[in-house]
Amino acid sequence: MKILIVDDFATMRRIIKNLLRDLGFTNTHEADDGLTALPLLQTGNFDFLVTDWNMPGMTGYDLLKTVRADPKLKDLPILMVTAEAKREQIVAAAQAGVNGYIVKPFTAAVLKEKIDKIFERINK
Amino acid sequence: MTQRDAVSGGSHLERLLKEATTELQTQVEQGDLSEAVNLLQRINEERSRLLYLEVGRLTRGLHDAINNFHIDAGLNARASEEMSQMADATERLNYVIRMTQDAANKTMDKVEESAPVAELIGAQAAALRKDWARLVRREMKPEEFRDLYRRIDEFLKHTEDHADVLSRNLGEIMLAQDYQDLTGQVVKRVISLVKEIEENLVNLVCMAGQVDRITGIKHSAGGQIPVEETQHEEHPVPEGPIVNPEQRADVVSGQDEVDELLSSLGF
Repeated sequence: MKILIVDDFATMRRIIKNLLRDLGFTNTHEADDGLTALPLLQTGNFDFLVTDWNMPGMTGYDLLKTVRADPKLKDLPILMVTAEAKREQIVAAAQAGVNGYIVKPFTAAVLKEKIDKIFERINK
Repeated sequence: MTQRDAVSGGSHLERLLKEATTELQTQVEQGDLSEAVNLLQRINEERSRLLYLEVGRLTRGLHDAINNFHIDAGLNARASEEMSQMADATERLNYVIRMTQDAANKTMDKVEESAPVAELIGAQAAALRKDWARLVRREMKPEEFRDLYRRIDEFLKHTEDHADVLSRNLGEIMLAQDYQDLTGQVVKRVISLVKEIEENLVNLVCMAGQVDRITGIKHSAGGQIPVEETQHEEHPVPEGPIVNPEQRADVVSGQDEVDELLSSLGF
């Protein structure tokens, strides 16, 4: 499975990359905001997107909406991993079609649980 | 400058005004117009003097606050040298980002280095235990036993080396946390600068109020834009980490509350 990790902080990308590797996902790629992520998504045949919310350039929320509006990408499973914790934001992300929402700081167990849940639902 | 100074400056002018009004009336009634004009001039001069004085005080206060920020934080020589190269709060905060990022990377380097070592020990031990169990069940041929004997010896030697590597890496992970002391001091300095600026801004607002009172300027309410209405609900503005979730009703305090909220939405 090919996964794109989008976060403006390199250390957070590295942490997520390591956690995903521990879960058996070794084919991971990185982008530092929505603007750099989009061209990768459009040409890269990704199976899964993990994105932060608050990033310069294009936020994860705008990326989410852009992906959902793109006929080629609209079914891509998206997991948001972010420090954004306002209820209205979580509701907005859900309405925009996010598949999972994790608030930072988070644990490896939470990441595994959410990913399992997302693919369980998709494969049903 | 404190808030009280500004207020007392204002009341000084008020006192002068009150005294002068009576005097002015007397002079006008007595037909002493030139003396009356002189008095008006004096009131005006006093008003200007007061304004300049307050603006001057405030400017000095802000200037001092910014200058004071350069004072050495009393760190060790290496850090002091680095600190002296930093001219402003932005640079200081960038320093904090750099230090924490370096520490995170160093820690992850060592963890990435250690994980395969721990895995190897586990895999070797599991393989040996399997053969050991066969030995216990007396299912092992003599030549197999000789091989096991050699492998156990090797394993013990390797484990010693691996334990060395692991404890060295753990030590380095521990040391990588030394940034906390340095960044803590830098952040504290920035906090005190922010506090000083905040106090000076409060004084500025207070003084602006005095200026309005002295000069009689009235502001139309139309100049204020209600903040709530400018934020459209369909586009929530990112806020970053919430530092006081227990004091706020509009945020979740952890993953459990996120899950609860999402499941209430049918997720």
